[in-house]
Amino acid sequence: MRKRTLGFVALGAAASIFLAACGSGDSGENGGSDAAAAFDAGSTGVVNPSEETGGTLRYAISSDFDSTDPGDTYYGFSWNFTRYYARTLLAFTPAPAEASTELTTDLAAGMPEPNDDFTQWTVKIQEGLKYEDGTEITAQDIKYAIARSNYNGGELPNGPRYFESSLDQEPFNVYESSDPMEEFTAIETPDDYTLVFNLKESFSEFPYVLTQPQTAPVPEEADRGALYKENVLSSGPYKFEGQYEPGVKLDLVRNENWDGATDPIRPALPDEVTVEIGVAQEEIDQRIVNGELDVDLSGVGVGPTMKSQFLQDLESYETNLDNPLSGALRYVNIHTPNLETACRQAIAFAADRDSLHRAWGGDTGGDLATNLLPPTIPGSDPESDLYPSEDNKGDLEAAQDKLDECGESDGFKTVIAVRDGRPNDLATAESLQESLKRVNIELEIKTFPAEDFFAQYAGSQDYVRENNIGLSVSGWIPDWASGYGFGYKITSGDAIQATGNYNTSELDDQEVNALWDEALTTEDPDERAEIYAQIDTLVIEQAAILPVVFDRAMFYRSDELTNVYYTSSYAMYDYMALGVNRG
Amino acid sequence: MSAPSHAPESAEQPEAAAAAAKVPGGRGDADSRSLRQIAWQRLRKDKVAMVSGVIVVLLILAAIFAPLLAKWLGQPPTQFNQDLIEPNTGLPYADPNNTEPVGGLIPEVDNWGGISGDHLLGLEPKTGRDLFSRIVYGAQISLLVAFLSTLLCVALGTLLGIIAGYKGGWVDTVISRAMDIFLAFPLMLFAIALVGVIPNGFIGLEGNGLRIAVIVFIIGFFNWPYIARIVRGQTLSLREREFVEAARSLGASNRHILFKEILPNLITPILVYSTLLIPTNILFEAALSFLGVGINPPTPSWGKMLSEAVAHYSTAPYFIIFPGLAIFVTVLAFNLFGDGLRDAFDPKTSD
Repeated sequence: MRKRTLGFVALGAAASIFLAACGSGDSGENGGSDAAAAFDAGSTGVVNPSEETGGTLRYAISSDFDSTDPGDTYYGFSWNFTRYYARTLLAFTPAPAEASTELTTDLAAGMPEPNDDFTQWTVKIQEGLKYEDGTEITAQDIKYAIARSNYNGGELPNGPRYFESSLDQEPFNVYESSDPMEEFTAIETPDDYTLVFNLKESFSEFPYVLTQPQTAPVPEEADRGALYKENVLSSGPYKFEGQYEPGVKLDLVRNENWDGATDPIRPALPDEVTVEIGVAQEEIDQRIVNGELDVDLSGVGVGPTMKSQFLQDLESYETNLDNPLSGALRYVNIHTPNLETACRQAIAFAADRDSLHRAWGGDTGGDLATNLLPPTIPGSDPESDLYPSEDNKGDLEAAQDKLDECGESDGFKTVIAVRDGRPNDLATAESLQESLKRVNIELEIKTFPAEDFFAQYAGSQDYVRENNIGLSVSGWIPDWASGYGFGYKITSGDAIQATGNYNTSELDDQEVNALWDEALTTEDPDERAEIYAQIDTLVIEQAAILPVVFDRAMFYRSDELTNVYYTSSYAMYDYMALGVNRG
Repeated sequence: MSAPSHAPESAEQPEAAAAAAKVPGGRGDADSRSLRQIAWQRLRKDKVAMVSGVIVVLLILAAIFAPLLAKWLGQPPTQFNQDLIEPNTGLPYADPNNTEPVGGLIPEVDNWGGISGDHLLGLEPKTGRDLFSRIVYGAQISLLVAFLSTLLCVALGTLLGIIAGYKGGWVDTVISRAMDIFLAFPLMLFAIALVGVIPNGFIGLEGNGLRIAVIVFIIGFFNWPYIARIVRGQTLSLREREFVEAARSLGASNRHILFKEILPNLITPILVYSTLLIPTNILFEAALSFLGVGINPPTPSWGKMLSEAVAHYSTAPYFIIFPGLAIFVTVLAFNLFGDGLRDAFDPKTSD
């Protein structure tokens, strides 16, 4: 789970927005091509394509980076932004919408080669690449960067730990080891330009992990631990101008030692990039509309205030708005320890999905979801519906039959857990409470602090059992756009944890688990997509997850921005492509 | 026994007697009307206090009869009316029978919140729940918490204050220092923390019952020193009075003196102060709900309604105005009524 949506969308939780119905129909046809400024044009095509360089691209954000250190960050916007100064082994294709989820090379000279059972991957990097100080980038630096971001004893706490969990490596601590490069045996560097990754188990989707900013090179002698974020040694087209000042600003200027010819994903149009930090959301939205700022760095779209303003005066703003899928599924966990299968299915039948969809802001807030995998993910079938009902209002007869089947003909009582400060999550629970009443299923709503929700409450096995938590409102965004990147942690029995449990419904289905194992040894992405589709159906059949919406964000696309398009891999604009034209 | 020490005091006897006569409800009332009768007459002349009093009574009635009111209007407070709400903006349709988009975009919405004969104060954004019904139900929670917590404050404060004032010495010192400590407590932070950690089923309560109990306990348990200080001060002066001496010399027990001689004279200041404490406690409950540690949804509460309204302030201002007004009017009414009560009972005000 990248923290992006879960951290922010909820705040602006009416980050539900707009006009999908009217917009996507038209613009869907010119998908991938250059598009004139029109409603939602940036969601599927490049708006204002340009190769013109120069100018200052101005970002602002209401909160802050978790860290500007590529080895210590987990926010989606940060993964997108750090690419300005941190090149990674692989990258997502610079193209609009779903085309962006294809992998391509960045530092690498070619795509990684696996061995027969996907337990060893070999990748070569380009020769002659340089840091901002002119020294050469080597495979050893990448190995060190991965070591420091995964084995650091909590010095760099923010990033995910995909390498730590997949590499065949004894635990150690870079900052306590006398010779970390020697001790870190899971990655071999036979020469200065080759990396060999030795994994514990088959992992067919390992190349996705190589797109993460943790693969950006850091020379051992440049590492300053937690302080490295103040001034990251750049491998990309821009470098830090002065220091990153947390809560205040970050300025980037051109890095003369970067060679555009080696870089397939960064046109690097602006001369300077600035980030104002800690500006109120309303102010950011207003200043972007006024032309005083260019992009909201957080990449979750405008706040509810500005959204309402847009909606009520659409004719004035229409052509500057994009309303793409945020990549997230909003859903309700139905906890298997406290509710039997038929009882869970009764809930799925009785839920008034139309009401839930309205609570999320209707068509512009998101697409009504009836399956698990978001439409942007290969293998997703948004048309499938195992619990159909007229106008999506719920099938009460089928629900009653299921209640009879699980021996609770007169309904039952359970608790639904909700995170504090998330109006849409709460509206979801309230709507369910009303619609389940119709079959005498009584829900008691309980709210919990969002930051401890998974650590102590809905994601704690003991708490769930002791407090009869039957449902919990959740949201999920993929770390990468594949069935595995999206669904493994929330549906695999092997991912269940005593606390901090994101497979919150604790689904532990033999068939589902076996399919996940199969996917990790399947090379062909299309075959994997088929497996993911089967998992999707099984999870919904088990009613462990009640999908609510695939939500949409609302972006304001300034007229002065060039090369603007939405990338599904970060679920926001592709920051590397952006330029400005103040003409 | 200690007769000699009483000698100097007896010199002041006439004055003391006069003072005693002015003590509310005190012995030796010379006037043919009791002080309570005088106070009632004064209060009746105080138009502001009377209007406030009527509002207070109406609020209490509304809270008590909230279910009847909601039933009469056919609008339970948790019932969704999403068919009246335009989903994209979350605001009520200008005309629910005509949901055709204007200019191919979205239908016209009503910026005045869908106020109609069916929905006297309009609809909540997004869910379409009836605002009037929610505000009336919200009064239940606000007043219930305020009354119970005030009762707890008064009970604790009176008991400890009277003991401290009467006993004096180390007992007084201990209780007074305890008051200082309690007053220095970061109450709001403590409340937020406590609501979060108390498990369901604690002292046999769960859900909203538990939440209410916890909030009442927090407010009551930490606000008693305000009342205790006033009671202690009054007791300090009362215990030297002649009627207390008289009771003591007749061999009355401490308990008799405390509760039969001194306490009746404290009723008035306690009553006045309680009336002024109630609005403070209403605000405290609203603040807790606003911060998300109040009553569990979907039970309506004014503070919660306010915090939800913040997101809509620019497009649905009615949503912030009505619950805000409810809190404002209630607090003002209690305050003005309390002021009137204090003036009416004040022996220094002349008719």
